[in-house]
Amino acid sequence: MTDFVHPALIFILGALPIPFFTGLVRKSYLVLIPVLAIVAVMAIEPGSYGETQFLGQEILIAKVDKLSIVFATVFTIMALIGTVYALHLSGAGEHVAAFVYVGSALGVVFAGDYLTLYLFWEGMAFASAYLVFAQGTGQAIRAAFRYLMVHVTGGVVLLGGILLHGAAAGSLLFGPVEGALDAGAYLILAGFLLNAAVPPLNAWLTDAYPEATVTGAVFMSAFTTKTAVYVLARAFPGIELLVWLGTVMALYGVIYAVLENDCRRLLAYHIVSQVGYMVAGIGIGTELAVNGATSHAFAHILYKGLLFMGAGAVIYVTGRRKLSELGGLYKAMPLTVAFYMAGALAISAFPFFSGFVSKSMVIAAAAQDHRALVMLALTMASSGTFLHTGLKLPYYMFFGTDRGLQAREPPGNMLVAMGVAAALCIAIGIFPGPLYALLPYPVDFEPYTGVHVSESLGILMFTALGFVIFLRALDPESTISLDTDWFYRKGARAFMWFAERPLARYEKAVSDVSETAVLPFLHGSARTGMRLDLNGVDGVVNGVARSILDGGGVLRRLQTGVVTHYVLAMIAGLIAAILVFAVVWR
Amino acid sequence: MIKPVVGFFGDEQYARPRRRLFYLVLVLIIVADFLVARDHAEYLWERLPGWSAAYGFGSCVLLIFVSKFLGHRAGLMRREDYYD
Repeated sequence: MTDFVHPALIFILGALPIPFFTGLVRKSYLVLIPVLAIVAVMAIEPGSYGETQFLGQEILIAKVDKLSIVFATVFTIMALIGTVYALHLSGAGEHVAAFVYVGSALGVVFAGDYLTLYLFWEGMAFASAYLVFAQGTGQAIRAAFRYLMVHVTGGVVLLGGILLHGAAAGSLLFGPVEGALDAGAYLILAGFLLNAAVPPLNAWLTDAYPEATVTGAVFMSAFTTKTAVYVLARAFPGIELLVWLGTVMALYGVIYAVLENDCRRLLAYHIVSQVGYMVAGIGIGTELAVNGATSHAFAHILYKGLLFMGAGAVIYVTGRRKLSELGGLYKAMPLTVAFYMAGALAISAFPFFSGFVSKSMVIAAAAQDHRALVMLALTMASSGTFLHTGLKLPYYMFFGTDRGLQAREPPGNMLVAMGVAAALCIAIGIFPGPLYALLPYPVDFEPYTGVHVSESLGILMFTALGFVIFLRALDPESTISLDTDWFYRKGARAFMWFAERPLARYEKAVSDVSETAVLPFLHGSARTGMRLDLNGVDGVVNGVARSILDGGGVLRRLQTGVVTHYVLAMIAGLIAAILVFAVVWR
Repeated sequence: MIKPVVGFFGDEQYARPRRRLFYLVLVLIIVADFLVARDHAEYLWERLPGWSAAYGFGSCVLLIFVSKFLGHRAGLMRREDYYD
């Protein structure tokens, strides 16, 4: 235990003193913490740390192997870049939240058991939600609430799965799920898929990320979905379902990106698309495929962070986020354009950029596994990726119609962060060796063959030709797109309507009944009683018996109505529960 | 150094050389695709030189029009105040 410093601890404990520092001291401290974490990850040795018992369950705070080290490495590097990007912020809140968020993500990556994993999993949800709340506008706060509600629900599903799985397997240790999937495993899988933003569970991402603060979105783009990729790779490699979910996801993201007008929401849809490659790779499950998924996650975190930084810089400088209101910024912010384009070429998998050496691995794994359809679909998604992130977004944001916006380059710390990320995107593309050496399995893959390069360039540059020809069809339109969040956004409204109208009316009707029927009855019986009293003792017994009979009749009518409702509701609930149970059980 | 390069892609005055460069690149890619060695072709189409160019162009057009169809005809695109 002495030779192991948990990187999650560095971030979470390191976050506590931030509010007490100011000025240069705080800035140096903010940079120091991620640097320490990077050193800690580099010094880490594979093994098990922090074994203990809790409620009779085995707890393993940290299980270190090659898979967790790759993710921890890129998480800490991205934390450093994101922190530098956010250095100009005067408030402490966002820094604290970001550090707790990164620390929790690292906690998940090293978690050796499900309880530790769950604890950090929830920590991530709450810390990241703060980065959306911190934006402060009504729109952002509503989005943050939705984000939190979805993640809390996902957390409950995950916890349910963990308990069922633990009861069935007799251990809460986190590792590959073996044998046929049982109900617990399916619930765990659902919880993981929600965080990986797999459609139809994707809408929280594209709903909330564009509403986050400029600096917060950079962190968010990196950690939540990629921890989900990590846990999927750890627990569910080779599950056929994931291949198809991933493939659909890759195309789903690019289709929505065509329709999108908000620059960061467009990028968010590309997170969905890119994570699709990783999910598909994990589903294929061969060594090459898991290596591909892992390296793609590594590359993705850096270039997606860079893209969010570039779009964030534009929002920071102009205060605008809609493509239909942006344009002509390249003269005022050439460095931002150049850095953004490095990220765009990397995500599009241009040769000599990071995406090329990782994405081609996933596609090669699909080909090697004789999955022609998957390979073609993922290649088509690559075309869409370049079309939007590499062509449409920069064209309408930086070039296109000059809107005469007052713009300048963003602050120096933002430029430095973007520069470092851009340099890494290019360095990984040119020298993939160090990244390949980090991967969980030995790599026997050469990305730079003549065919690979000429095919990639063919796909990308002829996508550009299509863009040039059909440019007008792509003009941004000031609309929003319906996604699966429609169900809970409209559903919540329907629920509120139900609570305010029929339910309230029912309540009123019930109280009306007591006022119009029960009260007169009571008055009446009191009057009868008085008359009976007056009429003499003889009539008393008969009179009481009659009023009880009458009263019982009224009460019976009243009550049977209500009870039938209850019974009906219970029967409906029972049928629904049985249905859900039957479906899940299968 | 970066500013002139970015300017080349943005300034109106370079529109013509920009277009020429673009077409030249397209032609070079097709030519290169005929020249590279294809020993490991897994599938039939991979043996056809230029398939990736055709597939890239086709994918791009398909994605644009399928998405716009879904947006406009299937009702995915709504006014910005839809949820308000």
